[in-house]
Amino acid sequence: MNTALSIRNLSKTYSGGLEALRGVDLDVEEGDFYALLGPNGAGKSTLIGILTNLVRPTAGEIHVFGVDARAHPERARALMGVVPQEFNFNVFEKTLEILVFQAGLYGIPRTEALPRAQELLERLGLGDPMNQIAQHLSGGMKRRLMVARALVNSPRLLILDEPTAGVDIELRRGLWEILTELNQKGTTIILTTHYLEEAEKLCRNLAIIDHGKILEQGPIQDLVRRLEVQTFVLDLAAATTLEQLPSGFQIRQIDPNRLEIDVPEGLTLNQVFAALEARGVEVISLRNKSNRLEELFLHLVGRGRL
Amino acid sequence: MNARRLWIALATLLHREVGRFLRIWMQTLLPPVITMGIYFVVFGSLLGPRIQRIDGFSYIEFIVPGLVMMSVITNSFSNVASSFFNARFQRSVEELQVAPVPDWIMVAGYVGGGMLRGILVGFLVLLVSLAFHPVRFHNLAIVMAFLVLTSLVFALAGFSNALIARRFDDISIVPTFILTPLTYFGGVFYSISLLPPIWRALSRLNPILYMVNGFRFGFLGASDIPTWIGLVTLMGLAGALVALNLLLLARGVGLRT
Repeated sequence: MNTALSIRNLSKTYSGGLEALRGVDLDVEEGDFYALLGPNGAGKSTLIGILTNLVRPTAGEIHVFGVDARAHPERARALMGVVPQEFNFNVFEKTLEILVFQAGLYGIPRTEALPRAQELLERLGLGDPMNQIAQHLSGGMKRRLMVARALVNSPRLLILDEPTAGVDIELRRGLWEILTELNQKGTTIILTTHYLEEAEKLCRNLAIIDHGKILEQGPIQDLVRRLEVQTFVLDLAAATTLEQLPSGFQIRQIDPNRLEIDVPEGLTLNQVFAALEARGVEVISLRNKSNRLEELFLHLVGRGRL
Repeated sequence: MNARRLWIALATLLHREVGRFLRIWMQTLLPPVITMGIYFVVFGSLLGPRIQRIDGFSYIEFIVPGLVMMSVITNSFSNVASSFFNARFQRSVEELQVAPVPDWIMVAGYVGGGMLRGILVGFLVLLVSLAFHPVRFHNLAIVMAFLVLTSLVFALAGFSNALIARRFDDISIVPTFILTPLTYFGGVFYSISLLPPIWRALSRLNPILYMVNGFRFGFLGASDIPTWIGLVTLMGLAGALVALNLLLLARGVGLRT
């Protein structure tokens, strides 16, 4: 397996003295679906900005499919497509022209770019008002337009910076389907998102970044397995009193029909259920209080360690 | 990118820039033509006959090359300054930054668009001038050389201005406070031979004087300044501005933090 993106010792100090990145090392394998997570101000946007030529690094090395991005920036950029967080197209242009223009910048002739752009607009549900002026599109359509634009050069590495921020669930799921299909066809995808459910659903590997440093990186399943405590919410068949609850567990009553319980490593759910059953408490359903990745994230970012 | 792909990228950028100013011709082409038409009426038809001949030419004949050059200067400059700053403001310039486009293509695309608008406006103004006086060419090659070089210099200057500007106000400062006075004192409406020696000497520090006079020489065969000095000045300015823009882009000024 080739490495799609290799970053070594990447640093960025802004002119005001802010250290946004402090020696970041990151590897993304070809074909991966990779999540880059971190709280606001962690350094995600700076990292994406450096990869996409919007921010100048202070030090470090970047290789995109083996191409040294600092020595040969144009060759490296030819391999990438970018969906930025903010709308950044000319709002007075028509959708088809925006895509054809971007294709032209990648050296794709207009005759070849036109059918490709039309196909992408159709595929992303922008086919009906295909040639609308961009300013007249809804927010969701504008975001899909940016995805279509990023795909017009058939990139081997697609970078998406918060692509589903502020979009409705239907559109979000539509984008998930498109991204999954792209990844299955071989496109390497790097995604930054605030929706941890999105990262857990789509991505195989992740890096968590905070204060300009990578705190953890690796397969999502391996990382969440390292959680020391999981919290579950139990829905009960009948109202219970505090006296009915078994001792020796971290149980909190949310209301008479719902409990919250912390299950540390080493304790099984069977043991919890057995204790509850012994006290006549019948559980009808259970769910994680928050998604496991969210718990991992909070452990790392909130407490500084796993 | 190989040469073919670079050419496609440049043609793409040029296509958009030219399409932009043609699409909004009411804002980009018509106003300068109307303004210059008014100059021809006021200075050429109304006041001109009352002004004595300059270097043996009627006043309207004398001012036509200068007014054409004035249109070329302001339109080449403002096209690039406004289009590129607007792209920065809207962040659509990021489309160029993320693409495998070398800096020199970005400069060439925007500057090429500005030059084409300046030259087109100059041509339209010259057409309007025909209603007031027939045009004659003393040396068409010199006319073309000054036309192309002047539009190049001011389109490059517009690009620098758009890179450095932080607000929309910053792109109107240069035309208002620098270009307009230099153009009016650059021999568009008079020959510097009419000025007292001190003002004549100061006028020689104004680069626009060389452009206007060189251009006028191409039409009339008369000039206050030797033509070769004008050509060398323009080529020197163009070279310096190309270097400045590439340096600013390499340092990320206005585009990269």
